[in-house]
Amino acid sequence: MTTKQKIKTWLPLCLCLVLLAAAVWFLGRLTQPKYMSGVLEGAMTAEYYEEKTPHDVIFIGDCEVYENFSPVTMWREAGITSYIRGTAQQLIWQSYYLLEDAFRYESPKIVVYNVQAMKYSEPQSEAYNRMALDGMRLSVSKLGAVRASMTEDEDAISYLIPLLRYHSRWQELTQEDWTYLFRRDKVTVAGYLMRADVKPMKRLPSVPILKDPDIGEACWEYLGKIQALCEKHGARLILIKSSSIWPHWYDEWEEQISAYAAEHGLDYINFLPLQDEIGIDFTTDTYDAGLHLNLYGAEKASAYFARLLADAYGLEDHRGDSAIAADWEEKCAQYDALLDAQLRELEEYGYLKSWTLGNDRP
Amino acid sequence: MLFTSYRFIAFLALLFLVYYLIPKRFQWLLLLAADVLFYACAGWKGLVFLCVTVLVSWLAGMLMGRSFKEQKSFLKSPEGKALPREERKVWKKKRESYRKFVLTLALLADLGILAALKYTNFFISNVNSLFSAELAGVDWVLPMGISFYTFQTVSYLIDVYWEKVEAENNLLRVALFTSFFPLLVQGPISRFGDLKETLYAEHSFDFKGFSFGMQRILWGYFKKLVVADRLLPAVKALCGAPDQYNGAFALIGALFYAAELYADFTGGIDITIGVAQVLGIEVKENFIRPYFSRNIAEYWRRWHISMGTWFKDYVFFPMSAAPRLMKLSKKIRTRWDGFGRKMPVYLSTLVTWFLTGLWHGAAWNFVVWGLLNAVIILIAEEFKPLSTRFREKFPRLTGSFGYRVFEILRTFLIMCSLRMLDCYRNVPVSFKAFGSVFTAGKWREAFSGALLELGLSVWDYRIAGLGVLLMFLVSVLQERHGSVRELLWKKPALPYVVFPVLALLVLCFGAYGVGYDASQFIYNQF
Amino acid sequence: MDEILEILEELNLDADVSSCDTLVDDGILSSLDLVTIIAELSDRFDITIPAREIRNENFNSAAAMFEMVERLLDE
Repeated sequence: MTTKQKIKTWLPLCLCLVLLAAAVWFLGRLTQPKYMSGVLEGAMTAEYYEEKTPHDVIFIGDCEVYENFSPVTMWREAGITSYIRGTAQQLIWQSYYLLEDAFRYESPKIVVYNVQAMKYSEPQSEAYNRMALDGMRLSVSKLGAVRASMTEDEDAISYLIPLLRYHSRWQELTQEDWTYLFRRDKVTVAGYLMRADVKPMKRLPSVPILKDPDIGEACWEYLGKIQALCEKHGARLILIKSSSIWPHWYDEWEEQISAYAAEHGLDYINFLPLQDEIGIDFTTDTYDAGLHLNLYGAEKASAYFARLLADAYGLEDHRGDSAIAADWEEKCAQYDALLDAQLRELEEYGYLKSWTLGNDRP
Repeated sequence: MLFTSYRFIAFLALLFLVYYLIPKRFQWLLLLAADVLFYACAGWKGLVFLCVTVLVSWLAGMLMGRSFKEQKSFLKSPEGKALPREERKVWKKKRESYRKFVLTLALLADLGILAALKYTNFFISNVNSLFSAELAGVDWVLPMGISFYTFQTVSYLIDVYWEKVEAENNLLRVALFTSFFPLLVQGPISRFGDLKETLYAEHSFDFKGFSFGMQRILWGYFKKLVVADRLLPAVKALCGAPDQYNGAFALIGALFYAAELYADFTGGIDITIGVAQVLGIEVKENFIRPYFSRNIAEYWRRWHISMGTWFKDYVFFPMSAAPRLMKLSKKIRTRWDGFGRKMPVYLSTLVTWFLTGLWHGAAWNFVVWGLLNAVIILIAEEFKPLSTRFREKFPRLTGSFGYRVFEILRTFLIMCSLRMLDCYRNVPVSFKAFGSVFTAGKWREAFSGALLELGLSVWDYRIAGLGVLLMFLVSVLQERHGSVRELLWKKPALPYVVFPVLALLVLCFGAYGVGYDASQFIYNQF
Repeated sequence: MDEILEILEELNLDADVSSCDTLVDDGILSSLDLVTIIAELSDRFDITIPAREIRNENFNSAAAMFEMVERLLDE
């Protein structure tokens, strides 16, 4: 074959392959869930990359961090800059890789990990994996997170080529998928997913008997890795158990975590015994009867935690720094606008229509 | 490694690349290494059995080959030529019986492994029900593709014995023939004589062969993922609840199964032949649009051809032409002429189909299925004179397009009915379901939403329907013009466009990934 | 040779049996026809046709069958 013939043969083929790749990319974008209404949690991971100023505090963990702490309150209270890299049912290896990912962009002084998720030592649910990981930028951390998170019938490649996962969604494409093809709205404020509705806690169900009280091996391994990662980047790791009272936090777990923290020189703060001190009232401060705090509960917990961080850990007050302050003013405005919008909806419908699937109306 | 796994696709991509980069004389060795890797993914235990089969057939083939060589050189030598005719005959007979001994031992070993691993439980369960005994079943591994590679090995050994092919002395070459991975999971059951020409040859990269192979692979994935796997939940639901889904549902189930099985099996074979084609290796076709057949005998010449010819060559002919059977037939003929004449054919047909049924699975439903096939073929044979006369009397009617369509539909429906035995995996249930088509009705129920409760949405049905339509159109084109890929090749841009278009169709409309069963190819189980 | 043609005529095939040389390859002879032929040949010529001889090239034409019969008679 002459060179000319070769070009004639291979050029169109390569062109076809490029077109195919482009189509696969585009269709993947189109069919990927946008999480802009109803289930907002899937949009949280990607939002982190839009942050403009660095943070002194990074939270990692599941809904017990992104519902129970509000960075805006912490800013207002003590000028602390913080961000919550939380996702729904975030498992500890995901926390580790999300943190590793965050260290590539900034150097926080404090890392806060909520230990509730340590009750899971095995991959749980494909849907939650997707919500936690699809938003991550492509990096070694993402690959690591995918490998650690996959349930049995998942394939790593479908995290790289979303069409392989979402191809059957074309049957359910809506306007939302076209609107948010190349952009997203913010669903959180610095990682806090606001809920301003109230559903008082009534009687809790009886506590199920704990079959296996031991925290899993994999969890300890990743907790060690998280600690090592923080040390490597000069950050201090604080373990917390935040204020949610359901699912039940067992004494057995409490003992194991306390012992680990003591042994490894980590601070561990359990918010549960501090509820009165913080002033949390579960008749007004929860939106789902005790599982998560609502805005009012989160603000109380955050104010308390901000004072603690400022006093005991000497975190700097950034309110004097104009560049950072400007960014946070914007966040505060966004926060207040969001609250207004939620309050309006609560008045109009009696429940939050735009921020929930509408199935947990009172 | 399933054909539909990402791992297999990565494996193929890597193999294709390396295959054309290494020196050509190592290509077939690379294939052998690929086989080992492919097989090891399914478990090392199976590999042990495969190795035994390879060793046995290599050794037996070599011994028979040597014996032939010795015989030839002796008969040509002055000493041999000097031998009187009678003594030569005796000498030859001795060699012949030695070869027969070797062949018998080897076949016993190969088929023994197959029989023991595949049929022990069937045997035990039958003994149990016959003598109301309670023997426990065994839990032995069934090595991947054992039915296929054993049959290939048997054909090789018998062909050597019949001097149809020369024995292969290189152990590794025998190993490659036995374990060539595209053929391993579902055939076609290829003959050594057909494969050896291209299997061990040196191949330089050929763009046309590469394109054709890739197109065929994609077309196979289309059939498998877009049509077969999409219909699968409905077929499972319909066949899984025969009491609820009888009447019209049983017919719909049979039709769905016809589409699913065809798309699944031919799709798998398309991938197989396509992979071989990319590697420059020619594999014989296994299907020639069987659903266009006008009678059952023709159907079996066009469906799963490699299996049909295997049974024909190694069971049917040797048996029906066996001297003993011929003698018996002669004896019977002295009393009942007609029956005596037909007896060998009838007996061999029944035995062949009994074995064919058993090969499909160690269960009675398959045996009954096989025997029913035989019965229908024999009945058709009996009515041949009648139908010939009918044709002669009404040439215009029987030559018309409409009559042809009628014949095709008739054959198709008969095969669908027989296949119910395969769907329901239970003889009485199958007959009941077949009967219910005529008695239970349920037509209105079937078409007022009940079909949407089988796990398929309206869109699933639409996609599957369009997929079947596309398959039908391609088949019609092939019937009329031969290879569709050759047609495309003559057009300027089309061969290129086909590639991404097919790939996108498979990626978007295939039933794969989370939420779908990573279903095996149906024929992998056999 | 005539006897072979006679056997073939009796089968009522869709081809000119004296000249056609793709009787098996083109599917003109069915398997059942083939067995009938084998039985007739063994009967009339008093030979046994071993399984190894049952291959397409031996039955594709009347001439090929004749050749095979000659060979078997010779052995």
